[in-house]
Amino acid sequence: MGTKYTEDHEWITVDGDTATVGVTDYAQQQLGDVVFVETPDEGNAVSKGGEAGVIESVKAASEIYAPATGEIVEGNSALADDPALINSAPEGDGWLFKMTLSDAGELDDLMDAAAYKSYVEGLE
Amino acid sequence: MSDDADVKNLPLDSIHRELGAKMVPFAGYSMPIQYKDGIIAEHTATRTAAGLFDVSHMGQVRLRGDDPAKALETIVPADIQGLAVGRVRYTMFTNDKGGVLDDLMVARDEQGLLLVINAACKAADIEHMQSAIGNQCEIEVIEDNALIALQGPKAASVIGQYTTAARHMLFMHHQHLRIKDVSISITRSGYTGEDGFEISIPSDAVEEFVQLLLDEPDVSPVGLGARDSLRLEAGLCLYGNDLDPDTTPIEAGLAWSIQSRRREEGGFPGHAIIKDQIDNGAPRKRIGLKLEGRAPARAGAEIANKNGDIIGTVTSGGFGPTVGGPVAMGYIETDAGTKGDSVDIMVRGKPLAAEITSPVIVPHRYHTV
Repeated sequence: MGTKYTEDHEWITVDGDTATVGVTDYAQQQLGDVVFVETPDEGNAVSKGGEAGVIESVKAASEIYAPATGEIVEGNSALADDPALINSAPEGDGWLFKMTLSDAGELDDLMDAAAYKSYVEGLE
Repeated sequence: MSDDADVKNLPLDSIHRELGAKMVPFAGYSMPIQYKDGIIAEHTATRTAAGLFDVSHMGQVRLRGDDPAKALETIVPADIQGLAVGRVRYTMFTNDKGGVLDDLMVARDEQGLLLVINAACKAADIEHMQSAIGNQCEIEVIEDNALIALQGPKAASVIGQYTTAARHMLFMHHQHLRIKDVSISITRSGYTGEDGFEISIPSDAVEEFVQLLLDEPDVSPVGLGARDSLRLEAGLCLYGNDLDPDTTPIEAGLAWSIQSRRREEGGFPGHAIIKDQIDNGAPRKRIGLKLEGRAPARAGAEIANKNGDIIGTVTSGGFGPTVGGPVAMGYIETDAGTKGDSVDIMVRGKPLAAEITSPVIVPHRYHTV
């Protein structure tokens, strides 16, 4: 399964038992300069659509949502010292957290890359 | 989309869009919150070179008549009768509780007074003036002029290329000048803590003038986002956040704007309460806050002392690019803390460590001499 996308402009990539989650390039453009990220703690249970942290930009705080139900394995510790990674590498080194999935089927109705691209074009 | 119908365009709207501005509705106008380089870059450019702001959303009002200064004094606590031609003062409209209805700048010229008022309060302020002093002076809302601000250490050298007179103006002075054959009204003042100018210029001439300024290598366009982070670091109040009808200028640390004759004589709404607070102290005071971590605290967050008692509230907060970390402004009970004290600011249920500072976290660099 390739990377999937949510309407909240987050991406999720599954690799074996864990999935990595981040925000998209479109999201970081909307957020502006990121100054602080609160990633969820290891061991936290999250549900699809539930809160999983906060991204603070200069102007405002934005919630991060869990795109699926599962348990947090790791928050990206690099973001503590360099929150701006979200701006410079949102779909790479600026990943937010890794999680296990309770039900990989929850990802079926998320958008693939092409669908997300159209979705974003429709917003602009 | 129906919201857009109520949102007006600024005279410089097409330039903002050409520059790739992110536009948001603010005080009834579509305004640039940032341009391509982002808030942090725009903020830094203003403190190191020069930032150009479109503040045409603000209200510009001319008062004329036999004695507009005397009339205005009935609704503001500053000494306006003693304001000489060519000078500018900061003041506020007060209510009967000594609270603030809006803060504003007043300049005196040969024809009377020129006021700049906040966009969000424009209609209310004009109505207030009409009903309080409309029979004592002529109140003209200036609709045909744009208002731009050029702020930063290079502002004077930039504007100096077009008018040497501006280079010699001191902070809080006003002049009428001509630049490239256009009549402008200019004050050396601003809302960033830096040296700079605010320029009122006919809307039909502003685009060309702004293009000239933007062609200067030292000048960057700056939006509302950086305008807020700049004024926050400089400890300047934002009406609606740090000033409101329930907050007196004394609580806000603005007693300096009430000159001694007015303190004694009064003649403005709320004088008794304000005089009492000047003489005997006010129950609250405005403070600055420097947070230890990276997480910002924003308006509404509670401030607690180290015993866990809530002693106040944050009224403005965000990230300060010059400071390199989160900063905030708020009010605490007057005796609950002082500069240097450690407090906690409650954000999302967690205490964030902070230090009480002067609200002026980044020193002002006004051209006073």
